[in-house]
Amino acid sequence: MSSHDEQALEPAGDRTPDTSEPIADPGLPAHQWRPTDVDERLEKRAERQVAALFALSGLCSVLFVVSYFAFEVGEVVTTVGGFGASNLALGLSLGGALLFGGVGAIHWALKLMGDHALVEMRHPVASSAEDREVTLGGFNTGLDESGIARRPLVRNSLLGALGVLALPVPIVLLRDLGPLPGDALKSTIWTRGMRVVRDVTGTPIRASDMQFGDLINAEPAAIFEVDEEGEPLIEGAELQTAKSKGAVILVRIEPDDIVPGEGREDWGVDGIVCYSKICTHVGCPISLYERTTHHVLCPCHQSTFDLADSAKVIFGPAARPLPQLPLEVDSEGYLVARSDFDEPVGPSFWERDSR
Amino acid sequence: MRFLNRSVNGWAGRVSRHRRGPVAGLMVLVTGLLLMGGLYTAFSPAQAQSEQTSDELVAQGRELFIVNCAFCHGQNGEGVRTIDGNQLGPSLVGVGAAAVHFQVGTGRMPAAQPGQQLPSKRPVFSEEEILQMAAYVASLGAGPAIPDESDYSLEGMSEEERQAAIARGGQIFLTNCTACHNFTGAGGAMPRGGYAPQILGVEPQYVYEAMLSGPQSMPTFSNGNLTPDEKRDVIAYLQSIEDNPKYGGFGMGGMGPVAEGMYAWIVGIGVLVGFAVWIAAHGARSTKQKVDA
Amino acid sequence: MSIDTSKVATSNAGRAATAKKPSPIGAVATWADDRLGLATSQKKMVRKVFPEHWSFMLGEIALWSFVVLLLTGTFLTLWFNPSMGEVQYNGSYDQLRGIHMSEAYASSLTISFDVRGGLLMRQMHHWSAMLFIAAMMVHMMRVFFTGAHRKPREINWVIGCLLLLLGTLEGFTGYSLPDDLLSGTGIRAADGFMKSMPVVGTYMSFFLFGGEFPGELIIPRLYVVHILLIPGILLALVAAHMLLLVYHKHTQWPGPGRTEKNVVGYPLMPVYAAKAGGFFFIVFGVTALMGGLLSINPIWKYGPYDPSKVTAGSQPDWYMGWPDGALRIMPGWESNLGPFTLSWNVFLPIIVLPGLAFTILLLLPFLEQWITGDKREHHLLQRPRNAPTRTALFVALMTFYGLMWAAGGNDIIAINFDLSINQITYFMRAAVFIGPVIAFFITRRWCISLQRADNDRLLHGYETGIIMRSAEGGYTERHLPIDESQAFTLTSRDRDEAYSTNGHADANGVAAPGGRIRAARARLSAKWFGHNVQKPTKEEFEAGHVHAEHEHELQAGLDHPADGHQYDGHHTVEEDSLRGQ
Repeated sequence: MSSHDEQALEPAGDRTPDTSEPIADPGLPAHQWRPTDVDERLEKRAERQVAALFALSGLCSVLFVVSYFAFEVGEVVTTVGGFGASNLALGLSLGGALLFGGVGAIHWALKLMGDHALVEMRHPVASSAEDREVTLGGFNTGLDESGIARRPLVRNSLLGALGVLALPVPIVLLRDLGPLPGDALKSTIWTRGMRVVRDVTGTPIRASDMQFGDLINAEPAAIFEVDEEGEPLIEGAELQTAKSKGAVILVRIEPDDIVPGEGREDWGVDGIVCYSKICTHVGCPISLYERTTHHVLCPCHQSTFDLADSAKVIFGPAARPLPQLPLEVDSEGYLVARSDFDEPVGPSFWERDSR
Repeated sequence: MRFLNRSVNGWAGRVSRHRRGPVAGLMVLVTGLLLMGGLYTAFSPAQAQSEQTSDELVAQGRELFIVNCAFCHGQNGEGVRTIDGNQLGPSLVGVGAAAVHFQVGTGRMPAAQPGQQLPSKRPVFSEEEILQMAAYVASLGAGPAIPDESDYSLEGMSEEERQAAIARGGQIFLTNCTACHNFTGAGGAMPRGGYAPQILGVEPQYVYEAMLSGPQSMPTFSNGNLTPDEKRDVIAYLQSIEDNPKYGGFGMGGMGPVAEGMYAWIVGIGVLVGFAVWIAAHGARSTKQKVDA
Repeated sequence: MSIDTSKVATSNAGRAATAKKPSPIGAVATWADDRLGLATSQKKMVRKVFPEHWSFMLGEIALWSFVVLLLTGTFLTLWFNPSMGEVQYNGSYDQLRGIHMSEAYASSLTISFDVRGGLLMRQMHHWSAMLFIAAMMVHMMRVFFTGAHRKPREINWVIGCLLLLLGTLEGFTGYSLPDDLLSGTGIRAADGFMKSMPVVGTYMSFFLFGGEFPGELIIPRLYVVHILLIPGILLALVAAHMLLLVYHKHTQWPGPGRTEKNVVGYPLMPVYAAKAGGFFFIVFGVTALMGGLLSINPIWKYGPYDPSKVTAGSQPDWYMGWPDGALRIMPGWESNLGPFTLSWNVFLPIIVLPGLAFTILLLLPFLEQWITGDKREHHLLQRPRNAPTRTALFVALMTFYGLMWAAGGNDIIAINFDLSINQITYFMRAAVFIGPVIAFFITRRWCISLQRADNDRLLHGYETGIIMRSAEGGYTERHLPIDESQAFTLTSRDRDEAYSTNGHADANGVAAPGGRIRAARARLSAKWFGHNVQKPTKEEFEAGHVHAEHEHELQAGLDHPADGHQYDGHHTVEEDSLRGQ
C-alpha cells in the first residue's frame, strides 16, 4: 500500500497533459426511466399530487387574506395560545402558500418533467486569437487616431485636470458632514456644585439615603432641569449626548475596604464614591456591580473594574480605569460634584492625552 | 333514589329510565359534594396563619435556626470563618426578615455547599417555618422587613395611573436591572462563574425582597435608592411583561442575537439545505422500459 | 456507451414538436422580438444546461434570500420614519406609552403593533438577512473546498467576497435603524471603534455622526446607506456574479461522460426554471414560517436607545460575532506616542484583524495559484480530500473564525453552561492560536488517509464482507472490483505538479533574476503538495487488476456459491442457491 504514496511528483516541465489515464471514460450512463415515466397510473398520481400541492397553496393564500382581516392588532391584540394571532396566522398561511407552491413545482420537475441528461459543450473562456487581434487592433487604431501618445501636453493636462476634479472636489463637498472635534470630547456637562440625581426620577440624593452595598444609577441634575413652563431645557440629541458622557454610578462601600487613589482621598463622602458609567473600552454603560467584591463588569466585552481601588481595570480589554467624579455635600445635604471629571470620559482616542 | 332520579330527570330534560343505573343517584350526590368542596377550597380565602405572638415566632425560629443554619451562620448568626480566613456563612445581623424570606423561600437556603453562586431550588421549609426563622433573624439586628402585598400591588389605581406606573417601572427596570438580568429578565453572566438569575416568572414578593436585601453579590436597592413606589412600578412592569402575549412567536429563551443566530443556522440553513438535497436527488428509478419513443 | 458530443442536444421530450395555431402569446412575443431581438439573445439561454448537485444550490439560497430582502424591505420603507427627532409615544404598546423616543423607534413600534402584517414583514426581513449571509458563507465554503475558485473563476470569487462584506455591512446598518437599546449599543461601540483609529479617529467619528455621539444624523445616514447605496452595489455585483456564471458555465462534479470540455445536466426550460423557481418559493416560504413562529429582535422589550441603559447579553447579530469575540479576548493594551494615545486594545481586533482577514480571503485564489503554479482552466470540481493542504488551510481559517465567534458569545455560553466568563476568555486567548494549527494538521492527515482509501478501492476493489479462510488457516476478506463508472470518477482528477525552478536558467546556466523568491515558491509548492497521494498510473492499475485476478484464481477452487455480489445489487439472487444444493 505505502508504495503508492511515495510516488514522486511529476517534474513541472512543460506540463503536457497526462495521457496515461488508468481508466477510459465509460461515457454517460444509460438513461433510467422513473416509475412515473413508465407507469401511467403513477404518472396520473403524481399529476394529482402536484395539483393538490398547488391547490393547497391557493388555499393558504385565501387563509392569509382571511387572517389579515380576522385578527386584530393595535390596541386590542387577538391572541391564540399566548401568541399574537395575527402574526402567527399570517406567517403560517403565507409560509404555507409559498412552500406548497414551491414544493409543487419541484415535485412536478422531479416526477413529470423530462429528465434526460443533456450535454452541452463548453467554449474556451478566453477570446480567440483572431478576436483579440481585431479588438486590440481596433483599440490601438483608435488610440493612434486620438494622437494621445504623440501629444504629451494634451495627455498630461487631461490627467492633471481629472486628478484635480476627481479628488479634491468630492472630498471638499463632504467637509460639512460634521464639525471638527475640537475639545468637545474632553469635558462633560458636569460642573462644580451640580447635584447628582437619580436617573429616571431626577431626585437629588443625600448621603444617608444610601446603605452600604447600594448602587445608584445617577445623572447630572442639568438633564432634568425644566424652564418656567415645565419644558425640559435639554432634550433630543443634546440630551443623549449629555447622558452619553455624564451618566454616573454611585456606590457606597465600607470605608475600610476602599483604597483611596492618590490625591483622591476626599473625592468620596462617607464611603460613597462616584464613577463614570461609561466604559473606557468602547463606551457601553456599566452597572453590573458585584457588591461583595466591589467589582463592576461591562456587559459588552467583560471589562472589569475595581471600584474600591479607583476603578482600576482588573480584567478584560479596557485599558483605562473609569474616571472618578469628585463628590462633596452641598448646603442642603445633597451630593454634588466638586468639578467635572479630571480626564475625558468614555473610549480612548488619539488626542486623549494631549494637553 | 327515585327522588334523585326524578330531579335529575327534571333538570336534564327527559332521560330514558332505561339508561339510569341503580347507583346513578348516588353518583350524582357524591359528584355534587366533591364539586362543592373543591370549589370552596379553590375560592375560599387562604387560611390566616395561626396567630403566634412575636416572641413565640422568635423562639420557634431560633429552634429552627440552631438546627439548620447555625453550622454555617454561627450560633447567634454572627457568621463563621474558616481557619484559612474564608467565609463559610456571612453574618446575618442586620440582614432583616426580608433577606431570610427571600433566601429560604426560593430554596437558595439551606445551601448545598458554600460557593460561588447559590441556585434557587425547591424550598425545604413551609411558609410558617420561614416566617419563624425570619422573625428570629430580624431579632438579631434591625433590617428590612418582609414586604406585604399592598407594598407592590397597583390596587386602587386608575387605568391611567396604572399605565404610567408600568411605563415608569419599565424605564427604571432598563436603567437599574437589565444590565445584569437582561432585557427580558432572562438572566446574565457575572464574573468568575457567577450569574444574575432569571427574574421573569419569579413571585413579586421575592423580587421586592431581593431588591431590598441584595442577595449574594447583588447590590442593594434600599428604599433610599429605589423608593417603595419605584419598586412597585418595577414589579408591575415585570408582571405586565409576563402577561403580554408572545407577539412575534417563540422567544427562543430571550437571550438575544446569539440564540437568534443559532436558530438561523440550525433551523434556517438546515431546513433549506435539506430541501436542496431533495431537489437535486436522483430519485427512484424503474427497471422498466418506456414503450413509446 | 459513447456519446456523440459534436451535436448539442435539443430536446429530451418524447414527442416531436408540432406547429401550433397562432396564439396571443405568440403575438406578444413577436411584438417584443421586433423591438428587442430577444430570439437571438436568448437562443442559447432557453435550453442552457445546468449540472445538478445539491451543493450547487447553496448560492441560490443567498440569491433568493436577497430577493426576499428586497421585497420585505420595500414594505417596511412604506412606514418607517428614519428620523431621530424626539417624540412622545402614544401608540398601542402600553409599556412605552408616554416615553420619549426617536421617530425611528416609534415608527418601528407602529410597524410591529399597528400595521397588520408589519411584525411579520419585520421578522421575515431580519430572518432572511441572517439566512442571506449564512448562505453566502456556506456557498463560499463549498466553492473553496471544491476548487471552484480556480481559473477562470477568480474574479467571481472576488465578487463573492465583496458581496459577503457588503451583506454584513447591510445587516449592521439595517438592524441599527430602529434605534433600539441593543442596536444603539452597537452603534456606540462602532463609535468607539472609530475613535480608536490613530490620527483620523475623532474626525471620522464627528463626521459620521454629524457631531458628538449620538447626534441626530446617524439614523438617516444609515438609512440611505441601507436602502440605496449598498443595495445598489449589491444588485450590480450580484448581476456581475450571475453573468460570469452564465458565461463560464457552472462547474460540475467529475463522473462518467463528464469532461473539462462539456457540461452534463438539465436544461433551463423546463427543469431548471421549475427547480430554481420552486426553490425561490421554498426559501420565501421557510422565511415566512420563521417570521410567523420565531420572535426575532423584540425591540419593544429593549426600549428606545439611551446611552445610560444597557442589557446583559449585548451582542451584534451573528455575522459580526467573530470580530466581537476578538474584541472581548484582546488584552487591554494601550500605549502613548508622546501626547497621543494608541488604543491597540480596540484598533487591532476590530480594524486591523477583520481588514487582514478579508484581504487574505480575497487573495486566496491568487495565493494558491502562486504556490501551485497551476495556470490551467478548471471546470471539473475537486473533492476536498484531493487537495489536502488547501482543505486543511481553510478548515484552519474556519476554526479561527469559529473560536472567535464563540468568544463573542462568552457570556451567553457562561450562563447557559454554568461556566466562568473569565475562564472562557483565558481559554480562547490561547485557543485561537493553537486551535487552527491543530485543525490544520488533523484535516490534512485526514484528507490524505481518505486519498489512500480511495486508491485502495481503485486498485483492490471494495470489501465484500465475505471472509475467506485459506487451507492454511489464514483469514482474508474478499474484494471485488468496483463499478467502472465509480472507478472512472475516482481517477477523474489531475495529478499534482509542484512548481519547480527548472527551466528558468538561460543557455549558459545563469539563473534568472528573482531566483530567491522563485526558490521559496518552489519550496512552498513542494510543501503544499507534500504528502498528497496521487492516483495510480496505468501500469499500477493494470498491476492491480492482475493481482486481483490472481486472487480470484486462488479462490476459484473453493467452490463457494457466494461470489460476493449478493447484497450489493449487482445482480439478482433468485437463482442462487446459497446452501450448496
